[in-house]
Amino acid sequence: MSQTAEPTPAASVRDLVRTYGTADAEVRALDGVDLDVRAGEFTAVMGPSGSGKSTLMHCMAALDAPTSGTVTVGGQELGRMRDKELTVLRRDRIGFVFQAFNLVPTLTARENILLPLSIAGRRPDDAWFETVIAAVGLADRLGHRPNEMSGGQQQRVACARALVSRPDIVFADEPTGNLDSASGAEVLGFLRRSVDELGQTIVMVTHDPVAAGYTDRVVFLADGRVVDELRSPTAASVADRMTALQTR
Amino acid sequence: MRTVTWRTLLARKVRLLLSGLAIVLGVAFVAGSFIFTDTIQRSFDGIVDGSVPDVTVRAASDPVERRGGPVPLAGVPQTLDAPLVEQIAALPQVERADGTVDGFGLFVVRADGRLLGGAGAPTLTFNFSDAPNALGEPSISVAEGREPRTGGEVALDVRSAEQAGYAVGDTVTLLSTGPVPQIEATLVGTVQFAGGGLAGVTLVVVDTATAQDLFLGGEPVFTSISVTGAPGVGQAELARAVGTLLPSGFEAATGDDVAAEIQGVIGTALDFLTTFLLVFGAIALVVGTFLIVNTFSILVAQRSRELALLRALGASRGQVTRSVLAEAFVVGLLGSTVGLLLGFALAAGLRLLFASFGLDLDSTPLVLRPRTAVVAYTVGVLVTMVAAYAPARRASRVPPVAAMRDEVALPETSVRRRTVVAVALALLGSGLLAWGLGGAGNAVLTVGLGVLAVLLAVALAAPVLARPVLAITGRVYARVFGAVGVLAWQNARRQPRRTAATASALMIGLSLVTTMSIIGSSVNASIERTVRADFPGDLVISNAVGIPFSTSVADDVAQVPGVERVAALQAVSGRVGEDGLPALAGDLDDIEAVVAPDYVEGRAPRTVREVALDTDEAEELGLEVGSTVDFAAAEGLESVEVDVVGLYEPSQALQGGIVSRDLLDGSGIPAQDSFVAVRAGEGVDVRALDRAVERVVADVPTVTVQDREEFTEGQRERIDQLLLLIYALLGLALVIAILGIVNTLALSVVERTREVGLLRAIGLSRRQLRQMVRLESVAIALLGAALGIGTGLGFGTVLQRSVADQGVEVLSIPWARLGLYVLAAVVVGVLAAVLPARRAARLDVLRAIGSA
Repeated sequence: MSQTAEPTPAASVRDLVRTYGTADAEVRALDGVDLDVRAGEFTAVMGPSGSGKSTLMHCMAALDAPTSGTVTVGGQELGRMRDKELTVLRRDRIGFVFQAFNLVPTLTARENILLPLSIAGRRPDDAWFETVIAAVGLADRLGHRPNEMSGGQQQRVACARALVSRPDIVFADEPTGNLDSASGAEVLGFLRRSVDELGQTIVMVTHDPVAAGYTDRVVFLADGRVVDELRSPTAASVADRMTALQTR
Repeated sequence: MRTVTWRTLLARKVRLLLSGLAIVLGVAFVAGSFIFTDTIQRSFDGIVDGSVPDVTVRAASDPVERRGGPVPLAGVPQTLDAPLVEQIAALPQVERADGTVDGFGLFVVRADGRLLGGAGAPTLTFNFSDAPNALGEPSISVAEGREPRTGGEVALDVRSAEQAGYAVGDTVTLLSTGPVPQIEATLVGTVQFAGGGLAGVTLVVVDTATAQDLFLGGEPVFTSISVTGAPGVGQAELARAVGTLLPSGFEAATGDDVAAEIQGVIGTALDFLTTFLLVFGAIALVVGTFLIVNTFSILVAQRSRELALLRALGASRGQVTRSVLAEAFVVGLLGSTVGLLLGFALAAGLRLLFASFGLDLDSTPLVLRPRTAVVAYTVGVLVTMVAAYAPARRASRVPPVAAMRDEVALPETSVRRRTVVAVALALLGSGLLAWGLGGAGNAVLTVGLGVLAVLLAVALAAPVLARPVLAITGRVYARVFGAVGVLAWQNARRQPRRTAATASALMIGLSLVTTMSIIGSSVNASIERTVRADFPGDLVISNAVGIPFSTSVADDVAQVPGVERVAALQAVSGRVGEDGLPALAGDLDDIEAVVAPDYVEGRAPRTVREVALDTDEAEELGLEVGSTVDFAAAEGLESVEVDVVGLYEPSQALQGGIVSRDLLDGSGIPAQDSFVAVRAGEGVDVRALDRAVERVVADVPTVTVQDREEFTEGQRERIDQLLLLIYALLGLALVIAILGIVNTLALSVVERTREVGLLRAIGLSRRQLRQMVRLESVAIALLGAALGIGTGLGFGTVLQRSVADQGVEVLSIPWARLGLYVLAAVVVGVLAAVLPARRAARLDVLRAIGSA
């Protein structure tokens, strides 16, 4: 991949600052972050607790507003957008996978998956729906409610929900944090495939080197800044870098 | 999105059912009011249709009220001569003409000696005629036996005969207000009325000559003529033809016109009843609104994470708001439907209640007009959605990022903004109260809105007002119940808005009950004071519903040993020019000796050309001592010039003009008495005299004898009965308030599942846990009681002050009763906690701690 042929980034962040509290109690969660997320890539954001990785993701996903700096998703700058436009952006161009699954308990798996479309008032594309369902391997569980499914199954439903509206970019916040390793591997495998086979762009926040080993690129955060980056990582190389970061 | 709404509804059906119940009760009241009054209307429509002929010839001034009101024989009936009937009957347009004699003042004594009907629907007496009504069927048909043909024969309507316990062939005792107080007649038949039900009216049918003897002094004349048109002749044409023959002062009214007039009068009375019932429906709905606001607030709070998720997935604020409102819509729709059905039950209950007062509507099925359903649904759905609007808006303000967090706090309106709105509302309410009590505009509506505004202001400010009340509760709880008390107290004040909103529902009911208690108690105290002072003489003989009675009663009583003197008074609907002047006519010397009006100016009248007025009446008519007025004893009578010689302070018994009975001589007004005051001789035991007089009038069941004590008691009883009715209706508001507390507690327990588990894990026993929930409930109830009784004291005092110059001059606050309300609030609190406490105690400790 040559520098000149670099496509427009799916999302980019310039000089992003996010502070909480005021005066003495001020906490700089992000302290001048620059980052480009390339389309069709699986990017991991890693860092120790308090490094600002969740805040970065919230800002990129239009869930939180930066104190200063710019966030651009799909060529649109978020800072200029009003709540209504942000809502539409989240609805049509961004997908989410949460650590706690966050499925609506009263809806079946199928209804949860189709929720973003039904919020947007769009009809699902049946072929795409089938493709996504097949990819997550949930075809036989569509009629079940979340409390009738295992954690891994619930998270796969959540993944399907994130993909079904064909977003420009999917943000995954510790998607394996609540799962045992076998279920975690299933979910990560699915995310990997959706990048390889479906061309999806994914940004995943994690502190698990094994999870990061599934990605194309790992960005390391510490004290609110990007401090390192790793291409084509493996669980072992990520673990080394992490150890290095924490003992720095 | 619709799916989410729908599933959420299903998942929380019990919760929503509870808040829906508030709507159910409110709507039931509204619908029941309409169904009931529509049923009465239909019943009377039947009576009107069944009784009105094609054309009625009647005195032009004949007010319809005479047919419906209990004002018997006060004026002189203007009569139609018998030959006129023949003349009308001879017209080519006329098929037949029948002279009618009708009147009030005849009462049926039941077989067991008691009076039939009494204070309820009237007894109507008329001559038998098989003349058809405008529909072509006879108004009256014989059901059993035959019609009365000569004196000494009588027929009753089937239902009355049955109720009175008479069969054809029995001897019926009738009481008259005329010169002969008691009449015996043989029941020769029973009759049926073409209009179906009679709403409890008793029909007494006699032959024409007897009717003329009873009501028209035996003259061969009629009070009206029923005219039936020849085939093909319309009502208007018939009325014109008949009109040409009539002497001046009479008119030929078409059946349609007469029916419309009567229905108008009935409609006015029914409007009042409808309004009265709707007021309570409105109160129930206002209280219900609080319950719904609270339920939806809590549901939204519990779902805030889910709502944040929807926002994160791209739902707009509007979509979130709409989804909550859609839930409200469904709750409102279901509540209205059940409410409408319950309304039927309520109307049936009201029908039973009114039947016990003598207004019997059994034969008319309950009426559901489309308007009732439209109003029920509109009100139910609208109230629910309005109540859910604020929580729905709050739901939409959940930040999407909250979906990622564990603890989610909903943004709340600032206390300052609430306080500003509360103060503004309180000022508005006070203004409306002052304006309405000052007599401006539609006083009832203005005062009602004022009260509502003040109550809403207090409800808004309740989180602030609650602090001192809860502080006291907390101190008591800590001392009496120890740690459990402290926990309960802290739970109650943890969410001051929720606690305050729950208490507010109870506050409204208690506030109104307190207000009514103060008014009732003040009215009673005032009555007691004035009645004791004003009671004329030592004994009073009167009729409970103002029906005059024969003068022979006074004559008989005067003969009773121990009676020093009697003053017999006859009420007449006098006229001064265009104005009405109700007056009492009697022997002027007797009045002065027994009743002794309290003259503030001038002196008592001594001759037939003199009149005394009460001060209010004089002011209203613009008269003073020395004025000369043209006074007529009844409308249509020739007036006489009389001098105003004195002004007296009006009292319960004495009001209006006082004139000599001689003024009525030759006026044609039959001599009757409306009340008789008795002065006991020196040293005579009034109690004993009371019993002696009662024995003398025992055969005239229409009159009652009362001494000062009994009279006061009777007056109080009427107020107490009215109060009881109002309390019963306000009870509905209290039921809804209890539901509100149950709801809040149940939701709080669910919300605090983890905390409850923790408390249990560290050793709180099930009993202590139940006690904790119970104490929290009682704290809420006590807060409601404090706010309600506080505002009620304010309202009651203000209302009493505003009517102080209208006879309610004593402010009496029933402290004991208010104390009872506080106790009742504690009981309410304990009862409301039963289910939520049981639920909390049943939680499995481990699972409770584990749950998120």
